[in-house]
Amino acid sequence: MTSTTPSTGSTSRAPVRRLGDRLFAGTSRGAGILIVLILAGVAGFLIVQAAPAFTAPRADVPGGHGVVAYIAPLLFGTALAAVLALLIATPLAVGVALFITQFAPRRLAQGLGYLVDLLAAIPSIVYGFWGIAWLAPRLTPFYAWLADHLGFIPLFAGPASVTGKTMFTVGLVLGVMILPIVSAISREVFLQVPSLHREAALALGATRWEMIRMAVLPYGRSGIIGGAMLGLGRALGETLAVAIVLSASGGIVTFNLISPDNPSTIASNIALQFPESTGIGVNTLVASGLALFVLTLAVNVLARAIVNRRSQFSGAN
Amino acid sequence: MSQTSAPQAPAAPSPPPTSVQPRPRLPRWATAAAFAGAAVVAVLLGVLTALNLVTFVLYTAVVGTLALWAVSRRVEGRRKAKDRLVTSLVLGAFAVTLVPLLSLVYEVVRRGVARLDGEFFNSSMVGIIGPGGGAYHAILGTLIITGLTVVMSVPIGLLTAVYLVEYGTGRLKRAITFLVDVMTGIPSIVAGLFAYALFAIFFGPGVRLGIAGAVALSVLMIPVMVRSAEEVLKLVPNELREAAYALGVPKWRTIVKVVIPTAIAGLGTSVTLAIARVIGETAPLLVTVGITNATNLDPFDGRMATLPVFAYYQLTQPGVPPEFGIDRAWTAALVLIMLVMGLNLLARLISHFFAPKTGR
Amino acid sequence: MAKRIDVSDLNIYYGDFLAVADVNVSIEPRSVTALIGPSGCGKSTFLRSLNRMHEVLPGAHVEGKVAMDGQDLYGPDVDPVDVRRQIGMVFQRPNPFPTMSIYDNVAAGIRLNARKMKRTELDDLVERSLLGANLWKEVKDRLNRPASGLSGGQQQRLCIARAIAVEPDVLLMDEPASALDPISTLAIEDLMTELKERFTIVIVTHNMQQAARVSEQTGFFNIAGPGQPGRLIEFNPTEKIFSNPDEKATEDYISGRFG
Repeated sequence: MTSTTPSTGSTSRAPVRRLGDRLFAGTSRGAGILIVLILAGVAGFLIVQAAPAFTAPRADVPGGHGVVAYIAPLLFGTALAAVLALLIATPLAVGVALFITQFAPRRLAQGLGYLVDLLAAIPSIVYGFWGIAWLAPRLTPFYAWLADHLGFIPLFAGPASVTGKTMFTVGLVLGVMILPIVSAISREVFLQVPSLHREAALALGATRWEMIRMAVLPYGRSGIIGGAMLGLGRALGETLAVAIVLSASGGIVTFNLISPDNPSTIASNIALQFPESTGIGVNTLVASGLALFVLTLAVNVLARAIVNRRSQFSGAN
Repeated sequence: MSQTSAPQAPAAPSPPPTSVQPRPRLPRWATAAAFAGAAVVAVLLGVLTALNLVTFVLYTAVVGTLALWAVSRRVEGRRKAKDRLVTSLVLGAFAVTLVPLLSLVYEVVRRGVARLDGEFFNSSMVGIIGPGGGAYHAILGTLIITGLTVVMSVPIGLLTAVYLVEYGTGRLKRAITFLVDVMTGIPSIVAGLFAYALFAIFFGPGVRLGIAGAVALSVLMIPVMVRSAEEVLKLVPNELREAAYALGVPKWRTIVKVVIPTAIAGLGTSVTLAIARVIGETAPLLVTVGITNATNLDPFDGRMATLPVFAYYQLTQPGVPPEFGIDRAWTAALVLIMLVMGLNLLARLISHFFAPKTGR
Repeated sequence: MAKRIDVSDLNIYYGDFLAVADVNVSIEPRSVTALIGPSGCGKSTFLRSLNRMHEVLPGAHVEGKVAMDGQDLYGPDVDPVDVRRQIGMVFQRPNPFPTMSIYDNVAAGIRLNARKMKRTELDDLVERSLLGANLWKEVKDRLNRPASGLSGGQQQRLCIARAIAVEPDVLLMDEPASALDPISTLAIEDLMTELKERFTIVIVTHNMQQAARVSEQTGFFNIAGPGQPGRLIEFNPTEKIFSNPDEKATEDYISGRFG
């Protein structure tokens, strides 16, 4: 940095920089600015393509009741599936992270971590294949049992799906997909717990679980929350696994998790409808994509804020 | 935490010991014994209901955990029992996590291996109704589009990382860092819609182009590339930069000739992992590139086939009779997994073998 | 070769923080000048301002004048890169380039600047530089092996060879022996006595015996308190500094009463 000699200096001068340096610095800076432009472009082009759906007569929009009425049930389905996934994945992910960082023999830990990371590498369409062919059929007896015995709870009101293509199955598949994300971030913060904290707890005569409760979990809490939020963002935007697994009908809003009639999600609805859509239909789908973009943006910004706040704290330690 | 403020044995009526008294502990074989006993119970329970592998494992785990907890609570006290319970739960969470991984790999291999033959790799879907056919056109399409994505994303991603690590200061650096984080979270379908919207402006609605798919994938790949390249460049010790500056080497030459070569193994790993991240993406290609039965190798002219989209359509629209399409779909999924796993393995090998040998 | 450096009214800043104030000193050619003082007194900062390495850090800048044989190093049209080519530097921790061989490390100053040179000339230069750094005998059979395979002391001498290969006028050394064992330290000190025939050498050291052994001139830096700028308290021939210093603070420091 030959630049910035603040004006306080009586002898401050313009920096001398050679041509190569100016070119290279300018190019790399340009690449950074390009990223800003791309992101602005994503928002801009989506708005341009979504706009006709808002101005068109309500009857022309698919569904016939305007763009808001079209997107609202999809938004509900998206949120339901993602929250379900989060509820399933977070406890498991924290357990896995604890196992790898605190319980597993140190020599095994890295290999076990790699095994869990493999889950993150599998393409989402393959999860769809697995969900529909392996998981869903194995869950149908369970759904029938739930409908019979716990049917009084609205979540399990039934009638139970005979194919297993339900919101519950989607939640499980999405849960498996986001588990490695949540677990990776939890693992990272658990590893950063200062060994002084841990040893202090152990020196007081704590058992391993007490040490974890006193030292590891409080230290890692915001990491877990941030990781869970990142996982939530991923689950919200997941497309093909949902498109393949879920048996969805348009315009439904229901908390019934095990029936054959489910609300669709924004992303999977786009994937299913887009290839056959034209005209205002495309604009409506882009408008729903815009809604998804805004939603995931909000979740991710919040998640980053939580994770980054923690890293500032840990810097002081 | 109240437990630790009183480390003595809770409610022990025995006279206060003069030295540290060993607390009663379960022998080492107690865990094994508990679960062996549970296995026996599980068989009995299984005979009553339905005995299969799933119920057997489930019963054994639950009964064994509870038995161990009960015994430990009697012999070793509440705190130790709770510790054992949590250990079992955490181990259980890990085991449960392995179920999807193992079942997924097993299922894809089992179903995909049927059509893992020569024809799958050397024929397209032109004129195929029923058996035969392959993903030749889709595999080439995936390679072409992924290649274009790499050509666009790696320079942008690497240069941005260089900017953030070597040049960036103040507000622009913070803004870019933040936006890269934001970009990491863009849903893949939204990236696809963006590329579609962009190209629709120039080519009219309904456009399907390979290059549009590459643009969509770049939106997903660039932030991954920036993040990992940034981490790798940060690992290059500052001492090396100073050594080069002190020799009168300009900053840009220092970056090109010292920093990047030192980090080259890590950068290779980053690129490989970023490719692995996008090569299996389906949704953006579905809306930008579409699908075709014939071999189209020109990314600037019309629809192309890609492996993930091929797999999707073969599964959901297999034709009549469906089994041949479904078989092709699973083989495509298997090839996809092999590609991704291969890239992950490659990434590990790169970082293992090409890392600079430091004597320190 | 070997030029003198005149520093007048030099103030060195990190952002708004004044780290070193009011330095006036003349550094003689073909001699070793040692800078001593307690930790944090700004002697390394001062050293780094002599070849404009200081300003590599964001916000770091200086006021005042540093002239080498009359040429103002901070002049308006002076490129810091050119300054660093004329004033070489050796760092506290040996820092050979890990991706390069021993040969390439010595040739790095030429190669990285894309200066054209015939292979035989370059071979000569590498040999000369390694001879100059007293390393030739130890490495001549393994010039193409990675530099990271050398011991710490050898690596530091390799860094010295790398610095003198670009044929600078001045050589700055920032505690060059503090990370080394006593034998390697001795080798570096012997080397300095040889190198001062050809270069102006400025060395920062924490080791007062070392300063007494190798240097002709010694400058003592001190700091009044936390947050205060470091100042050059006394600059005198080494013998005088260690036997009969002008300043009370110098005497206190040298006799071990503080620092």
